[in-house]
Amino acid sequence: MTTDTAVRDFHPRAHAALNNPQIRANFRKAMDGLMSKRQQAFEGWALDTLREQGAKARLRALAKLPELLEQLETQLTANGIQVHWAESPDEACRIIREICEARGAKSVIKGKSMVSEEMHLNAYLEAHGIEALESDLGEYIVQMAEETPSHIIMPAIHKNTGEISELMHHKTGTQRSQDVEYLTASARQQLREKFMRADVGLSGVNFAVAETGTLCLVENEGNGRMTTTVPPCHIAVTGIEKVVEKLEDITPLLALLPRSATGQHITTYVNMISGPRQPEERDGPEAVHLVLLDNGRSDIYQDDELLDTLRCIRCGACMNHCPVYTRVGGHTYGTTYPGPIGKILMPHLIGLDEGRHLPSASSLCGACGEVCPVKIPIPKLLVRLRREAVDGDQLHPSQMSGHGVKRQRFEVMIWQSWAWLNQHPRLYRLATRITTRLRKLQPHRLGAWTRYRTAPRLAPKTLHEQMSERQRGKPLAEVKR
Amino acid sequence: MKTETAQTPVKIYPPKPDKVYFYGTCLIDLFYPDAGMAGIQLLEREGIEVIFPEGQTCCGQPAYSSGYHDQARSVAASQLNLFPEAWPIVVPSGSCGGMMRQHYPDLFADTPQSSQANAIAARTWELTDFLLHVCHIQLKDLGEPTTVAMHTSCSARREMGVAEVGPQLLSQLANVTLVEQARAAECCGFGGTFAIRHPEISAAMVSDKADSLVDTGATRFVTTDCGCLMNIHGHAEQSHKPIQGEHILSFLWQRTGEAHS
Amino acid sequence: MTARQRILQKLRERRGGPLKAPAADLAIVSERDWQPEEKLALFTQMIESVQGEVHRVDRTHWCDELASLLAQRHIQQLLIPRQHTVGQQIRDAADQAYSAWPRLRHYDQTIEQWQPELFHEVDAAITSTRGAIAETGSLILWPTQDEPRLASLVPPLHIAVLEADQVYATFHEAITTQQWANGMPTNALLISGPSKTADIEQTLAYGVHGPKALLVLILESSAPDASYKDNIQ
Repeated sequence: MTTDTAVRDFHPRAHAALNNPQIRANFRKAMDGLMSKRQQAFEGWALDTLREQGAKARLRALAKLPELLEQLETQLTANGIQVHWAESPDEACRIIREICEARGAKSVIKGKSMVSEEMHLNAYLEAHGIEALESDLGEYIVQMAEETPSHIIMPAIHKNTGEISELMHHKTGTQRSQDVEYLTASARQQLREKFMRADVGLSGVNFAVAETGTLCLVENEGNGRMTTTVPPCHIAVTGIEKVVEKLEDITPLLALLPRSATGQHITTYVNMISGPRQPEERDGPEAVHLVLLDNGRSDIYQDDELLDTLRCIRCGACMNHCPVYTRVGGHTYGTTYPGPIGKILMPHLIGLDEGRHLPSASSLCGACGEVCPVKIPIPKLLVRLRREAVDGDQLHPSQMSGHGVKRQRFEVMIWQSWAWLNQHPRLYRLATRITTRLRKLQPHRLGAWTRYRTAPRLAPKTLHEQMSERQRGKPLAEVKR
Repeated sequence: MKTETAQTPVKIYPPKPDKVYFYGTCLIDLFYPDAGMAGIQLLEREGIEVIFPEGQTCCGQPAYSSGYHDQARSVAASQLNLFPEAWPIVVPSGSCGGMMRQHYPDLFADTPQSSQANAIAARTWELTDFLLHVCHIQLKDLGEPTTVAMHTSCSARREMGVAEVGPQLLSQLANVTLVEQARAAECCGFGGTFAIRHPEISAAMVSDKADSLVDTGATRFVTTDCGCLMNIHGHAEQSHKPIQGEHILSFLWQRTGEAHS
Repeated sequence: MTARQRILQKLRERRGGPLKAPAADLAIVSERDWQPEEKLALFTQMIESVQGEVHRVDRTHWCDELASLLAQRHIQQLLIPRQHTVGQQIRDAADQAYSAWPRLRHYDQTIEQWQPELFHEVDAAITSTRGAIAETGSLILWPTQDEPRLASLVPPLHIAVLEADQVYATFHEAITTQQWANGMPTNALLISGPSKTADIEQTLAYGVHGPKALLVLILESSAPDASYKDNIQ
């Protein structure tokens, strides 16, 4: 269901998550595992060079984006795949509904697609009398629970086996079990029947190759292949940024994506689709469609700095390494894309006013930027968004929709006073000197800080004072504690 | 025109100079002057004359990270003229060092001070890094046997690239056993205004961090940055966790100080 | 204006001005210095690490090996290609065999005509491959009329036949050597192990949607045998 509208409730959700030991434990365990697997998967690689080439492959595509989109359309059309363009999620939803209605389709089975989450497609289709069923095991679980994914790669990572077993028992009658094999086999059986009867298969796209007109999907389960092969019609949806120029360009990205995401050298399946079933072929969909969605991406594209956001290949490594995400989990963000990438991407999709809490919910520790396979400088972009949120730079006027939403007179005044003091060294020295003299009066409570910590103690003499005494020949201040 | 993806900067260490500028940072000035003084004395013991510009206040980082770039720029601009000679600028903090080295070029891009800011960025060094790789310091441990844990700040680790430096310096101390915490690279939850804007999340992070440090069995930790120090130490103190922190420079000076000074 | 025109126009009139495309240098994903035996060993190691099962067999009696593997698994119905040598040799072997072979099935109809049988009755399928990738332990498949897409996906057991000298070092080497960019098939696949998931509490489970098991038969020659290879190309 739509959650993007509730983004503003970040704090209460964070509070709830932090105080839920189950959530805390589930995420901690999962993120620890993913981090160590990623590290092992890149052993022996010149990782910086590989990331550099990944970043360049993406930038190469972005540099020629309009031309490549046209080339992609030409090639796909020549291959028999129909291409549709949508500026907004609503438009993309409408296009998909019309394709379904034209075929008389009543049921859609879905492979994993974050863009379809962005569109809230399931709710839309259901409202129009078309069943939309998720087939990725994690998405299937999340859909059963009437939730949204809490991670872009592992949607049900917030749940443990017991919770999933209970859910499957209630919704599908599966016997309660702690045996993951059993639960998985049960889901296989249920979903196979659905695959056989579905009218349309809907998937995302990992890379769209302009040169050959090829849609590449990476996955482990095989539900992506089922979705794109069994139903008579396949609809793929993707953001306009997912195009790459040449087939060769996917090689560094394919080396980076699964290793960064789950620590695998490659996913079980790399599924490259370049056309519908040909007359002599015996399976595959008779019709294939691609829906290209903009939804704010062309806005991001305008700006040299923000542009880097569009390099993202949706691996989720930034979440796996984020100390904030690990603590609060994916649902706290209230956005389709959670974690660090969500913090820099969502404000463009829903407006900075709606996503006002996102850029500040980071300690700027830099772990996300360090692991990003395409070198998106996420911390730098977070600072950029903070700047936009307070209209903090007259030299570089804000560009984003909803900018200035967090600019408050009182806060501006504080920073102005801070700046004024720090630009007047004599006053600064006097003020700090007086402050240290009043250290006995230092309050023990300093708002949010001292709720969880003692207050730092002012020194008897500032370093400035000690150094100036030293220059005047006074004996050195006592160094030892 | 944008043409390239960001490159990971390469560090080229200068030869050991006669003089350095010491940029003390505001947290050290007010709360931890001992650490600053220890750093100065360690440098002087290496035969380096330490110049302490009197006009120094703050690097501008708090405002910068909060998005108030006009205010950050005006404060930073007032600091640019403090370093007229080409001597290295050493900073006893990864965070403030990172601000000057990594962010000044962006902050002053397209301004008349751009080249001055770039030059300053290029000669800014985190102090422990400078001691190890420029001074080639050799530490002689005079203290009793002890065990410490180390927390390298995220900015020291990722912006200044000095994750290995602290452990290497500590390994020179014969009577000091360094124990490694679990998830050493994970943030302690300080993050400047983050700790105020998102106090609960910050608290969860610092609590985990203090627990990891306690779990090492050490009763003392050292760190490169005063932000992490007041966060972790303050949390441990408030919640009675058996670990105390200090700045790595204070610790190094304490262990090696008396005999040489 | 259409959505297409508006999007393209907005991208073309980019506020930041035109972007320069950086050149590619793909040495990091292409330059490997591995001998054939090393590639085979690496391929085997990698695919086994994800639950693939590898058997290196002599081409002169590979069908005997296959027969015993099928018998061990109590396979009742085996889907084989009609045209491809792999299928021909299996049929020949089954004809001459004294022991029992599974019922051999062919994908002669469109999926619509026999979907329930394929989904519920066929318990194994064997396909040829267009080679493999050592670095990641991946099989390359280009499904055809003779070996359609679902053969390697729907039956619980997939058996892939790989020529020992068709192992490429990297994906990059495979696509450049085989000149994929000059003409892609409707569907091209890399398959690295049986279907799997870790969506329930990070616990690996196989066979979630596709095959539960993947066998790779690597055909080797003790003496060169030209006839089979001519056929495969």
